[in-house]
Amino acid sequence: MYASGSDAIRRTAADLAAAIASGELSAVEVTQAHLDRIAKVDDKVKAFLHVDAQGALAAAAAVDAKRAKGERLGPLAGVPLALKDVFTTRGVPTTCGSRILEGWLPPYDATVARRLREADVVIIGKTNMDEFAMGSSTENSAYGPTRNPWDLERVPGGSGGGSAASLVAFEAPLAIGSDTGGSIRQPAAVTGTVGVKPTYGSVSRYGLVAFSSSLDQGGPCARTVLDAALLHEIIAGHDPLDSTSIDMPVPPVVAAARRGADEGVRGLRIGVVKQFDGEGYAPGVRQRFHESVELLAGLGAEVVEIDAPSFDHALPAYYLIAPSECSSNLARFDAMRYGLRVGDDGVHSAEEVTALTREAGFGPEVKRRIMLGTYALSSGYYDAYYGQAQKVRTLIIRDFEKAFERVDVLVSPTTPTTAFKIGERVDDPVSMYLADLCTIPTNLAGNAGMSVPCGLAPEDGLPVGFQILAPALQDDRLYRVGAALEAALEDRWGHPILEEVPAL
Amino acid sequence: MPSITREEVAHLAKLSRLELSDAELDHFAGQLDAIVSAVARVGELPTEHVPPTSHPQPLTNVFRADIVRPAGTPVLDRAEVLAQAPAAEDERFRVPRILGED
Amino acid sequence: MSIAKTQELLGFDEALERYDPVMGLEVHVELGTNTKMFCSCPTEFGAAPNTQVCPTCLGLPGSLPVVNGAAVEGAIRIGLALHCEIAQWCRFARKNYFYPDMPKNFQTSQYDEPISYNGYLDVEVDGRSFRIGIERAHMEEDTGKSTHVGGATGRIHGADYSLVDYNRAGIPLIEIVTKPIEVPGHLAPAVARAYVTELRELIRALGVSEARMERGQMRCDVNLSLRPKGETKFGTRSETKNVNSLRSVERATRYEIQRHAAVLASGGRIVQETRHFHENEGTTTSGRVKEEAEDYRYFPEPDLVPVAPSREWVEQLRGTLPQSPTVHRRRLAAEWGISEFDMQTVVNAGALEQIVATIDAGAPSDQARKWWTGELARVANERGVDVGELPITPAQVARVVGLIQGGELTDKLARQVVEGVLAGEGDPDAVVAARGLKVVSDDSALLAAIDAAIAANAAVAEKIRAGNHAAVGVIIGAVMKSTRGQADAARVRELVLGRLS
Repeated sequence: MYASGSDAIRRTAADLAAAIASGELSAVEVTQAHLDRIAKVDDKVKAFLHVDAQGALAAAAAVDAKRAKGERLGPLAGVPLALKDVFTTRGVPTTCGSRILEGWLPPYDATVARRLREADVVIIGKTNMDEFAMGSSTENSAYGPTRNPWDLERVPGGSGGGSAASLVAFEAPLAIGSDTGGSIRQPAAVTGTVGVKPTYGSVSRYGLVAFSSSLDQGGPCARTVLDAALLHEIIAGHDPLDSTSIDMPVPPVVAAARRGADEGVRGLRIGVVKQFDGEGYAPGVRQRFHESVELLAGLGAEVVEIDAPSFDHALPAYYLIAPSECSSNLARFDAMRYGLRVGDDGVHSAEEVTALTREAGFGPEVKRRIMLGTYALSSGYYDAYYGQAQKVRTLIIRDFEKAFERVDVLVSPTTPTTAFKIGERVDDPVSMYLADLCTIPTNLAGNAGMSVPCGLAPEDGLPVGFQILAPALQDDRLYRVGAALEAALEDRWGHPILEEVPAL
Repeated sequence: MPSITREEVAHLAKLSRLELSDAELDHFAGQLDAIVSAVARVGELPTEHVPPTSHPQPLTNVFRADIVRPAGTPVLDRAEVLAQAPAAEDERFRVPRILGED
Repeated sequence: MSIAKTQELLGFDEALERYDPVMGLEVHVELGTNTKMFCSCPTEFGAAPNTQVCPTCLGLPGSLPVVNGAAVEGAIRIGLALHCEIAQWCRFARKNYFYPDMPKNFQTSQYDEPISYNGYLDVEVDGRSFRIGIERAHMEEDTGKSTHVGGATGRIHGADYSLVDYNRAGIPLIEIVTKPIEVPGHLAPAVARAYVTELRELIRALGVSEARMERGQMRCDVNLSLRPKGETKFGTRSETKNVNSLRSVERATRYEIQRHAAVLASGGRIVQETRHFHENEGTTTSGRVKEEAEDYRYFPEPDLVPVAPSREWVEQLRGTLPQSPTVHRRRLAAEWGISEFDMQTVVNAGALEQIVATIDAGAPSDQARKWWTGELARVANERGVDVGELPITPAQVARVVGLIQGGELTDKLARQVVEGVLAGEGDPDAVVAARGLKVVSDDSALLAAIDAAIAANAAVAEKIRAGNHAAVGVIIGAVMKSTRGQADAARVRELVLGRLS
């Protein structure tokens, strides 16, 4: 709990849900408090692309009505949530941060959105993001950048900067992101929040507008590990509308989070990835990371160093696979069935209108990646680029397999640096791509990863993220380690990290 | 000698249906060249006997029963869908004249 | 370099004296599943526009495909019936190109890992058997349908805009590709037709599709190249798209042989291009010239997981295969008491299914056969369609046969009834009633006509009375004329002889 009494916006999701269930607070009150907060601070933060006040209040009222009738409420019923604008919501604008979808009202709900509604979670609005989730700073949004509440001159990470920033700005206690190369974990790291990329196939991608189909995975964003776990259990699970969805029970992540906080990590084997340290890593990032590893060792974990040599090639492999898939996934934005249409003057052909619309509707990063992917898939280049990247992917999976024979989880810094300044890397794509250096291998392998805050870097006072990686379908291990670290750090600091966020 | 020339970018833009300006062609040529040089590092690892991975989870044979719109399937309202189209006419999507064939 | 855009043709025989044709046939079959290939939308033909669509087949952002198991089963059964090997593991691939009919701007298809490959189909032409090699049979999805508005009616060129209906988008397709077909040149068009006919029979026998070409449920692309006699290298090929009737397959093949020959003989070069076949003129025209090889940027479809049919499943499906068409036809030929050669005529007329259905509807086999390979085949040929496309059903033909057998129609009247049915005047009974075509079977009415005929032909009547029965035809003819053919000639003969005995 961040504050006592009625200051609803500072309470955890678990706490709010309990307060709503007990009648201490009504869901409408809670929702209104967050809408008020958004009205007050979002001009500065710009976390939201669309606030659905009416829909949110109606959903909240329905929760209150349920309670009044004595119906059992779900574990997050009535709690507001900020949904990344990459998930379709019926009748509610969904832009993916792109001009090409400006004004689009999807005629259907994403499975994640449907599950949230069914669990009575109150979707309060749609959050800003790098266009089509391509970016590491949320500067690639067609609707302007989101700002990091820790320092409004800095980026909140990306692509899910809006979701992460909304948590830190106390605009919502829960958010949903999507993680293709780190877009949940990297923003979590630079905003001091918790972000989880679940095992590929455990959260339905139906209605998640595809960037890179074999890498994309929706996941929970929260201020605490337990809140993330509660949200994880709501959105995860088999979906027959997604062929890549795994038909297996969701790992018991809530139980694992509770256990980690209560019992710690005694006996757990933790591997420190050798490749993600040293040159290129900010001193404060290294310092906080190593302190945390020592802390875990102090709690009884067995720590070993793990060599995963192929991880050095994860970044180039990712920047071939993801653009290749995106070049195909984004072909559907052709001005024929939905979205923007430019140049339809009765003279231009369909082909020309498509090209004019895509030129006007896509930003530079999207165009770069579409062309890069088109190049990598072209005959003559396929084997050297896309084909070779898929082989590197195999090597990365093998390195993970070997590592997980020796350890239960792997750990590393989530990002090499803390939040950088808005504009600093905009026109240097290669340096921008480095932000996802440590998060990418997990996406390529399809296993699970989490970022949990591990302190502020001494040199700039900005949050540092601690990354935990687990084998596929062992997502519960993330929560056990994450909750143990969170509890130990809060114990050391005497308060949660977000107590230190400057007032907006 | 850059590995991606301006002409090549123009060709990629055409394949990708992007009506790039001259300034963009110049700009992207430089950037794509830098990116391609960076990602070409995937070729450094020995992968002669390594099979490619297209799907991160080893699933196979995920099939659907041949049943029309079972429960849980989104059913669209045609009016709602066509209302989102840039242009519609006669219950169909109206599109500019189509060049080519088929 | 001369690119011949003109429609000059070399004589068919002359062309074949100088060149050998090499064909490749690509046939697309729409499977008759209840639902689409990758979503659970219905596939009914002729539904109101854009009513059989969902996020997936409209390519809406965020939508995902899920494979229809029945379509995979259909694909495997087709592969097995074509003596193909069935892949132990294969994937779908994306074929990337932009087209407004195609909602995702990639077609989900199979590339280098087809579900079935390396098979054959035997066909017979002129009493000779040819084995057509099957390269592959793979799964993919259909596109939507555009209607072009303004400009020249219905054609793309000159249209002002188009209207797109996506009901057909995503209907399962099996693309069946032959290996290069090399047969004696003069038989090539007939072999092409026989192959498509045989394939259609097979598809129908499997029950995986109605394969109605007039509805686009089966469509053929004809690839053709010529090479000078004695050379071994294949020539440049043209690809004639969407040849949509059996007859057109034969005509398009023949036309392209003659066109290629004319270009080559005049020293020209064949350009690799797609061409369109025009039913009415029987000609092809240039479609899109492939300036550079298409770069479809195929890659494994990440939204679908691999298909790995177990051997048990494949064997179980093998057990569901119907009798092979050859065996089936041999059995029918024996049942009907006709030679295998006569049976081939039936098959090549594309009338087998109609005849079987007509027999099922109660007609004797010889009558059913006579109508479909005689009168109806003639009309179909006149109209330039396949017999199956004629607007008459086997049940209607069986009814006509029944009326003849019941003595209510003569053969001549029956042809008029069929003509009426084909003209859209309704069922045979309705045509009989409307046109007043019933046989005059009322003896008193006939006798009045006979007496009038005898009176008008007194000299002939005398001869008959004198025992010259050969002369009776004159009286009968007169009676038939006065009754406008509606009398039963045999009954008239009886009555005339009775009158004059």
